[in-house]
Amino acid sequence: MLARAVASAAVIVTLAAAGGAAAQTANQPPDTMAARVEACTPCHGNQGEGTNDVYFPRLAGKPAGYLYNQLIAFKNGRRKYPPMNYLLEFLPDPYLQQMADYFADQHPALPPVAASDASKEVLQHGQSLVSRGDPQRQVPACGSCHGPALTGMEPGIPGLLGLRPNYISAQLGAWRYGTRTATAPDCMQQVAARLTEEDVTAVAAWLASRPAPVNIAPAPKGTYVLPFACGSEPD
Amino acid sequence: MRSCSPILAVWLLLFAGSSAEAQPKPGPDGHSLVARGEYLARAGDCIACHTAPEGRTFAGGRAMPTPFGTLYSSNITPDRDTGIGKWTAEDFYKAMHYGRFPDGGLMYPAMPFASYTKVTRADTEAIFAYLKSIPAVSQRNREHDLRFPYSNRQLILGWRTLYFSEGEFKPDPTKSAEWNRGAYLVEGLGHCGMCHSPINALGGTSQSEAFKGGLIPMQNWYAPSLTSNREAGLGDWSIKDITDLLQTGVSMRGVVYGPMAEVVHNSLQYLNDEDTRAMAVYLKSIAEPSPPSPASSRLPTTESSLLISLGKTVYDKHCASCHGTQGEGKPPHWPPLANNQSIEMQSAVNPIRMVLNGGYPPGTKGNPMPYGMPPFAGLLSDNEIAAVVSYIRTAWGNRGTPISAREANELRSAPLN
Repeated sequence: MLARAVASAAVIVTLAAAGGAAAQTANQPPDTMAARVEACTPCHGNQGEGTNDVYFPRLAGKPAGYLYNQLIAFKNGRRKYPPMNYLLEFLPDPYLQQMADYFADQHPALPPVAASDASKEVLQHGQSLVSRGDPQRQVPACGSCHGPALTGMEPGIPGLLGLRPNYISAQLGAWRYGTRTATAPDCMQQVAARLTEEDVTAVAAWLASRPAPVNIAPAPKGTYVLPFACGSEPD
Repeated sequence: MRSCSPILAVWLLLFAGSSAEAQPKPGPDGHSLVARGEYLARAGDCIACHTAPEGRTFAGGRAMPTPFGTLYSSNITPDRDTGIGKWTAEDFYKAMHYGRFPDGGLMYPAMPFASYTKVTRADTEAIFAYLKSIPAVSQRNREHDLRFPYSNRQLILGWRTLYFSEGEFKPDPTKSAEWNRGAYLVEGLGHCGMCHSPINALGGTSQSEAFKGGLIPMQNWYAPSLTSNREAGLGDWSIKDITDLLQTGVSMRGVVYGPMAEVVHNSLQYLNDEDTRAMAVYLKSIAEPSPPSPASSRLPTTESSLLISLGKTVYDKHCASCHGTQGEGKPPHWPPLANNQSIEMQSAVNPIRMVLNGGYPPGTKGNPMPYGMPPFAGLLSDNEIAAVVSYIRTAWGNRGTPISAREANELRSAPLN
């Protein structure tokens, strides 16, 4: 008798709890990452595809490790952009990893290539640096790290396509001047330091003029060997 | 003149005895002195200032911009040459209680010794024991970079005369032990008054103004009054809503952003349920019922009604999907805007900044994956920001006042970190 009373009381409690939870859910935001990253969308687009602002990059489909490194760098202030530093300062690392995974998993189409206003000579210089580098100045080809199709490699090397020239040249400029840095050995800073302003403009113009390859996914980890050590892509 | 009856005297003695035992509360992880010190150091949020971004814990070097120049926090790890390794427990007490270095030198009041002076000797010693137990980091303190004449430390003497009164917390025998514990934490280690009190041109706060709210210098966030229910006074909040806000950063009544997100992230989320509740009880009690002041707008009426009508258009397009057509929100994650004190209060700085900069509440144990507010600085013009802020401050029975495009514009350049 007593056991039965306890059992039915337990059922009532369970039902009440379930009812409460259901009511709670109905009046709650969706329990999804999409709802949680809405703060990112005015600048980066609903699926991380980018927006009209030429300085805000596409996030969609970049390797999760790369995105996570950037989120951590903004959180710690190593990478300086106050609106980003402010948003991320008090978010736990595992949550940032989930944000990175979320945007890495988004696959909106790459934007159509905009006509370049760069001259033929500039584009040729850009193509030459991107595909062959400049051995005399110890500048490697972009593809030697960012992949033959320039789509990057898991986990830490980003693809270079689908970005606008303003963003690429702003980032290369920041690497050159040392205002953007990464974990040592900071390979990207070493490379950018060997570039001139003209190189940066040319590389940015050429990269932004490239149409999307059929497969825009980054290459799996370890697909090719990097020409030198890089803190962002540990062996 | 109240006479002290023998019964009251006995009661007082008993109270003093029990509070002395109650004060050294064990931390959540155990009863050891070091664990208790760690817990209390969390309550004091020492880490926020004494650790630099990407720096070693408690090794100092964090730049703290002030209206008088930049201060750099000090190394409080037990390194003998660059930290506090040579300090005695007495030295540490002198620092916390009197704001003086072991050699008698005066500390700048960026170190909240005007609050820490209320901390008991036993608690101070526990914090010292904890700091002695952490890894020593050899990192020399950086010289402060203060403008003349503030670089003259003797000026601190004047500041101390005006704004510093030394003395440990004195329990109020007419209040419960829980209330006194809350008061002790809020006024002492919590040093809440450092932001939530008006700060004058000399960087001081008078006792009579404590917890009355003020604009935080250099950060341009408004730390609302904790005593006025028209601001962040918690008089008509439930204890659960207050403890939720302090422990998790979100509640059914509102969410913490800006500098308060830091406090919850680094400090308050680590406090145990009893201490959080005690703070809530105390905070609820200090709110004074304030008569509703008639809404007074600095904008001409025609202008403000046009503004508010544009504001509704902006709101319905950008805000209503989360905050609801009636400002009801989906609390705790999407906060309500209707009957939300931080939207209505006289200073419109915080609502303007939230629309401009957006923000995430802190990720906490109780809310590890917070929802964020998008920044609208790049999407909305000054006029649209003014319109939508004016709308949410006056719609649904909210009793705030409209704001101008100029006020919105001025906060576009407010520092973000």
